[in-house]
Amino acid sequence: MLASLAATSLLALSGPRSNAETAVIAVGYLRWMERRPAISLLDQQPADDGLAGAQLAADDNNTTGQFLGQSYTLIDKPIRAEDDPVAALRSLGSQHVGLVLTDTPADIVLKLADAGKQSGVTIFNIRAPNDSLREEQCRGNVIHVAPTRSMLADALAQYLVWKKWPRWLLAVGSHPDDALLADAYRRSAKRFGARIVQERTYKDTGGARQTDTGLVQTQQQMPVFTQGAPEYDVLVAVDENEVFAGYLPYRTWDPRPVAGSAGLEPVTWDASSESWGGAQLQNRFVRLFHRRMTGLDMQAWTAMRMIGEAASRANSADPAAIMEYMKGPDFGVAAYKGQKLTLRNWNWQLRQPILLSDGRNTVSISPQPGFLHQVTELDTLGMDRPETTCKLR
Amino acid sequence: MQTPMMLRLSLALLAICLAGDPARAFTAYVSNEKDNTISVVDLQEMKTIKSVPVGQRPRGIALTKDGQKILVCASDDDTIQVIDTGSLQITGELPSGPDPETFALSPSGDLLFISNENDNRVTVIDIADRKVVGEIPTGVEPEGVAVSPDGTTLVNTSETTNMAHFIDIARRKIVANVLVDPRPRFAMYKHDGSEVWVSSELGGTISVIDPASHKIKQKIRFAVQGLRSEAIQPIDIRFTPDDVTAFIALGPANRVAVVDAKTYAVKNYLLVGQRVWHLAFTPDAKYLLTTNGLSNDISVIDVSGPTVIKSIPVGRLPWGVVVSPK
Repeated sequence: MLASLAATSLLALSGPRSNAETAVIAVGYLRWMERRPAISLLDQQPADDGLAGAQLAADDNNTTGQFLGQSYTLIDKPIRAEDDPVAALRSLGSQHVGLVLTDTPADIVLKLADAGKQSGVTIFNIRAPNDSLREEQCRGNVIHVAPTRSMLADALAQYLVWKKWPRWLLAVGSHPDDALLADAYRRSAKRFGARIVQERTYKDTGGARQTDTGLVQTQQQMPVFTQGAPEYDVLVAVDENEVFAGYLPYRTWDPRPVAGSAGLEPVTWDASSESWGGAQLQNRFVRLFHRRMTGLDMQAWTAMRMIGEAASRANSADPAAIMEYMKGPDFGVAAYKGQKLTLRNWNWQLRQPILLSDGRNTVSISPQPGFLHQVTELDTLGMDRPETTCKLR
Repeated sequence: MQTPMMLRLSLALLAICLAGDPARAFTAYVSNEKDNTISVVDLQEMKTIKSVPVGQRPRGIALTKDGQKILVCASDDDTIQVIDTGSLQITGELPSGPDPETFALSPSGDLLFISNENDNRVTVIDIADRKVVGEIPTGVEPEGVAVSPDGTTLVNTSETTNMAHFIDIARRKIVANVLVDPRPRFAMYKHDGSEVWVSSELGGTISVIDPASHKIKQKIRFAVQGLRSEAIQPIDIRFTPDDVTAFIALGPANRVAVVDAKTYAVKNYLLVGQRVWHLAFTPDAKYLLTTNGLSNDISVIDVSGPTVIKSIPVGRLPWGVVVSPK
């Protein structure tokens, strides 16, 4: 009799729980609907880019949640450039959403952060790579899952230096974002002992990407654009808007490899990554969405898993309790990168290894061996604590 | 106390006398994840004597209770292959469910519990009938499986859910979930059933769980001078038959930790090959073998030292190892 009572009470504490006991964790997803054109057909952005990653992580969280009486819902909120993002955030707020993933440009992240501050909303920035968001414009209620431009540039720079390709020809696009990324590469070169032998600007004159006859022109343009450069080891392309970098490989005047925005690219994920159990994640993703997992998918997956991880450790569905655990000293999340990812507590940037992908395979993963750090080697990527200008508010 | 010199001497003596030292008349079988082979290692000669082609991506490996058959997860073929230890031929398959990674046998040897990583479940197989007799939903990416010595309870770790699930084998039901540190890889009962140890690869810890109360009673941490803490990633755990000492493979730390299983104090770190994952004792418990994935070899630890006395080249990316009497 006693034994059977004990067994019954154990059951009540474990296994899938009934709905009455389930605490719901609602997470918003502000989905940026403006799609930029891609140079390669293969790189056209899927309609659910990012969102799919968040959905998979919500599934993963729900599998775990059934043992803890927690359930996750993801509320997708598409927004366009002409929409009011703050109104979108408010409508999520009316559905009691305290945690919001944002797939938006930096200026909108900032608007949302300030709007969300009064109502206790935490923003998970899964797209904007702007260092300024983590530095002079940092906010206490924004968790940056996307890596910064300086992290990406450092990841590539370490590899190029390790490879003994220290002389770079920097080919820079004409968009404001490109200027920021070029700054990051200049900083990386200085930091790790590479040298930019020359910089060239590629002006975006508008128009379509590859067209029926565009190939002929490209074959003429790219050699001329790269002609007459001083001796260099590798061309580092800076082109966040896919204007020209994709045309560079095999078309440079001198036979040199291309890296940066084309060729060997620093990324948070690659569909070829299978180390550290990554094959399992790739399998789950392809099975659900019938396409390969992108970097943005991975950033969204990681953000959603961070929420799930903190909720299960804090054993709470309350956004405030979840964030308290996430910002505490014990937080870390596994994301198929061979080590726990943790948060930099001076600006809430997620520390993470960066993959270097050639588009077919993962060529290497930074930080590279030999780049040492007194706290964690992951802090050799991007702005470190002594350099930060962030004062969290 | 066995030194390499003494070992060589005794091996030489053995060769001369043609009298088998029963203590070392063992054969080890190593699954090579990248080669699609099993390496057959003669522990008397201390060398690989044969390489047996098997299915794709062989990982988990076990011996049937009678020692007649090797069971190996051919993960990418979604099957478990049965290999006859005498002929070294594949004689059959078991229905494993998709992407079987690793498994455990019941103490009676009739049931096999398999973790299916892609499907968040554990599959239960009746070995004699070659039939699936149960499927138990667990957390995300189930990995380690361990059966209690009395055969009543199964512990399954889920790598992304970060739990050790305690499952009542008779009812095929989860009775408790214990949250542990990130990416739990492996679970092991002490021989006396008093504790379950669970390794967390990315947490870098061992959680010592009381199987009666399902509470974590101790966490064991590791520190190796000159190594980043991120490089210390515990995987496999083995207890000596008297439960006095535990050996723990530390992955990319390239070391096996020697732990006092009563006080939980880490006594020593043994340098082995690169990325050490799985461990197996010889049946007499005098030697412990380690699979070193990145150096493509196994290390032989003399338990009495404990000291590492030999490394033996095997196939590429060795994953698991079992040892049988010859």
